Amino acid sequence: MSEKTDYEITIGIECHVQLATKTKLFSEVDNDARGKEPNSCVSPVDYALPGMLPRLNKEAVRMAVLAGHALNSEINLISRFDRKHYYYPDLPKGYQISQLYHPIIGSGYVQLPDGTKVRIEHAHMEEDAGKLTHFGTYSLVDLNRAGTPLIEIVSMPDIHSAAHARDYCKELWRLMTYAGVCFGDLYNGNMRFDVNISLAKPGAKELGTRAEIKNLNSFRSVERAVEYEYERQSKLLDSGEKVKQETRGWSDATGKTTSQRSKEEAQDYRYMPEPDIPPIHLEQSFVDEMKAKLPRMPEDYREMFKGILPDDTIEILLDYQPLIAKLAELYADNDDKTASKENISTSGVKKVANLFTSVLLAEENTSLLNDELPTKRQLIDLVTMLEKSELSSTGGKEVFLKFFDPEMHTKDTRTIAKELNVLQENDTGALEAIVDQVLADPACAQAVADFKAGSEKVLGFLVGQVMKASKGKANPAAVQPILRKKLK
Amino acid sequence: MLRLLKPNMKGMSMQIASKDISAVSMVKAALEKAEKYQDYHVFVSLNSENALKKAAEIDAKIARGEKVGRLAGVPYALKDNFLSPEGKTTASSKILEPLESPITATAVKKLEAEGAIMIGRTNMDSFAHGSSTENSYFGPTSNSKDKARVAGGSSGGSAVAVALDIVPFATGTDTGGSIRQPASFNGVYGFKPTYGTISRYGVVAMASSTDCVGFFTQNPEDMDLLMQICAGQDSYDMTTLPDFYTTTQSRQDSPRIGIIKDFDNDAVHPEIRRALTEKVDELKKAGYEIVELSMPALKYALAVYYIVVPAEVSSNLSRHDGIRYGYRSAEAETLSEVYGKSRSDGFMPENKRRIMIGNFVLSSGFYDAYYLKAQKARTLIIQEYAKAFEKCDFILTPVSPNPAFKLGEKVNDPVSMYMEDVMSVPINLAGLPSLTIPVGKTPEGLDLGLQIIGPRRSDAAIIALAMQAGDALRGPAAPARILRDGVDGDTKRQDPREEEVK
Repeated sequence: MSEKTDYEITIGIECHVQLATKTKLFSEVDNDARGKEPNSCVSPVDYALPGMLPRLNKEAVRMAVLAGHALNSEINLISRFDRKHYYYPDLPKGYQISQLYHPIIGSGYVQLPDGTKVRIEHAHMEEDAGKLTHFGTYSLVDLNRAGTPLIEIVSMPDIHSAAHARDYCKELWRLMTYAGVCFGDLYNGNMRFDVNISLAKPGAKELGTRAEIKNLNSFRSVERAVEYEYERQSKLLDSGEKVKQETRGWSDATGKTTSQRSKEEAQDYRYMPEPDIPPIHLEQSFVDEMKAKLPRMPEDYREMFKGILPDDTIEILLDYQPLIAKLAELYADNDDKTASKENISTSGVKKVANLFTSVLLAEENTSLLNDELPTKRQLIDLVTMLEKSELSSTGGKEVFLKFFDPEMHTKDTRTIAKELNVLQENDTGALEAIVDQVLADPACAQAVADFKAGSEKVLGFLVGQVMKASKGKANPAAVQPILRKKLK
Repeated sequence: MLRLLKPNMKGMSMQIASKDISAVSMVKAALEKAEKYQDYHVFVSLNSENALKKAAEIDAKIARGEKVGRLAGVPYALKDNFLSPEGKTTASSKILEPLESPITATAVKKLEAEGAIMIGRTNMDSFAHGSSTENSYFGPTSNSKDKARVAGGSSGGSAVAVALDIVPFATGTDTGGSIRQPASFNGVYGFKPTYGTISRYGVVAMASSTDCVGFFTQNPEDMDLLMQICAGQDSYDMTTLPDFYTTTQSRQDSPRIGIIKDFDNDAVHPEIRRALTEKVDELKKAGYEIVELSMPALKYALAVYYIVVPAEVSSNLSRHDGIRYGYRSAEAETLSEVYGKSRSDGFMPENKRRIMIGNFVLSSGFYDAYYLKAQKARTLIIQEYAKAFEKCDFILTPVSPNPAFKLGEKVNDPVSMYMEDVMSVPINLAGLPSLTIPVGKTPEGLDLGLQIIGPRRSDAAIIALAMQAGDALRGPAAPARILRDGVDGDTKRQDPREEEVK
């Protein structure tokens, strides 16, 4: 057996992003076919009736510009469409309208959580194809997806590990969903990744021959496919064989890639400028306006919460844009007209972040993520009550959960706490009375005697008795000093 | 044969609106003539039942005193590459297998909204590929003056329908001369507007960057009316221009007419050269300034055209794959057989030739040498016209090098057939408007036409010039039906629709 070499892996990724427009890229039918009958969202433009012409959806152009800003990219003020020809039943016109020569989005970059920058070569607009389902001797075509607007984001070969490949894809997913241009439903193919992988000996000047793994639809499969390809290609190279330039498919079930099409079988797409659509001319003012409208991106949140929250907590919360956005609203936004102008402190941020991660992201509660989040007012009050010890951390969690209760979610925090009967007793006078009552209880006489004899341990028992007598409303932190004082 | 002086379309619809004549009788007469001239093979299909029904509806509307459109009751013929739910579209091909369309082409919609009545769909070269209407799956159409000669093409059926006076107007499409050349071969007016003037929505595409919708009429006044109705921006066709067509009545002060020296050579039929020389003399006499132009870049036009257009043709015809509609070979068993056999059986030889040329010039490795270079040469041609229009207001040239040739003469010699387009294609490449006007006849009685070309958006001015300079341009041998004045005699009569407007 030949010796095993540590190869340098180089990865470039092409990502197809379905834009979340109401209608298709070139026709007026519904772009969201989830749960609809096959071929029910199809216009004569989509099934390529002769004489039909594309009508460019302006909303798709707007979203592409937003996506470009999310990718820190230059926006090309003039872009145009081209036709990419090939025959397949999922492609009604016999060509896909795409952008080869003048894409709308120019070069940019994506910053990964660890600070690594992956450069974007360009990103272009194009239409999605339909879907084929194969049955033994025949296949059925569903054109609901034909004409869905896509942007294809093409990275430079700047990625050098399976983990970074996964991080890059995940970061793209965050950028596109944060920008509001994609629903981000990977299971339904809202984003698909084609991963180009090549190996070379460390220090080699030229990249090795690459294989392209097509149509991956989860971060995990991207990572696994890269790991598998590293093994496959390095084995080939170790044994002196060559890696073939080809397109390969990935199977989640087998955990393997398999050859689909070699370079020799590659199609000649006969690209041609699309004569039915005039070039897109964008005004610089429109591009600037879109930039101003771009919501906060992951990098903005990382910067905002760095040093306040642990990095891994930030990354967890970044997977749930509404949560991190809510946290930012509590912490940094004071222009909210409907809610409070106040903000919470950094310790308050930690408390809310903790509620989000420990309560909302707990497995039994994930369904609540679909509900509306508590208001800024509710959360500020909750933090204040926790800080003033009016609520115990347990009581706080109970109240927090009720923010999602359809019966209670409109009520203010204090009302909910009262109704739950979890407000803590902090009033010294009232607490002293309870303590007196406990100390006078014959059942506690032994404990009192033990404490006076120098046993610190029984203090806990006495605090417990006070809590019991207060029906849990006493704040234990306030009870202890009173007990000590009384037992002197 | 005695030919009655007949009014233009405005007059016809006035007669119908004032109940002098019924729409039904007008449509019936057109259908009868269509029957009578059956052996010319003008129509692919007739729309008799629908047409008569629509005519009756218009008569009923008029009887109720309701407002009717500017073409109410006027029968017309539709080139068979326009989609509408009325009848079935074939584009004279097998592969479309008479297609029932759920949608109506924008131009058709506008004509119908004015009350025009489609009596039939006219024969054409399959997918408009050709200059003689011999490439039709349904067989050729004969020339209106000589049944042994071609109608011209690709809109041959439409030209002959108007020339035989079956209908006062017909629609056409012009990608490289497909309206102007058959108009010239049949002695009628044929207009190709500025690219983007009339919506292409619902018209089976040939070459998207040069396709234009236009018309055949018997006089320039009718052409103006049709342009008023059909020109205009359409949100369903992103290449349409913002509205600009406005009828111009104002006489342009001594317009300068350019003639192209480069076209005056032995390759052009002597009768056509004679006609041009005569007309130029007449125009001079009538006070028009004649400017001689040298336009050397035009010699590249045919080569450019037969690269750019087949490229777009090959692309636009890709959708005919036997999967969703149209003909599918019954013998096909695999996917590649569905494609291969359906397309092999379904397309005509000329279709296949253009698909092959188009695929070749777009192939990787050849794109730069052919398509890209052709696009650059196209820019030169556009610039040369722009320069020419600094020196003159309009250009007068032949439409084709020869009058109507014999059926079968060129159909097996594609290059010689392509040469027939040498004077018409440069105008499409530059997107300019051009009107064919009938100017006379050869000694054998074949029609001769010339074309007036203008700068982009000069459509109305070209039509106005044809009206103005009509006497100078019309030949002494021009048929009587063009020399009409029936309407002029009637102009004092109140237009009932004008009354309503007041």
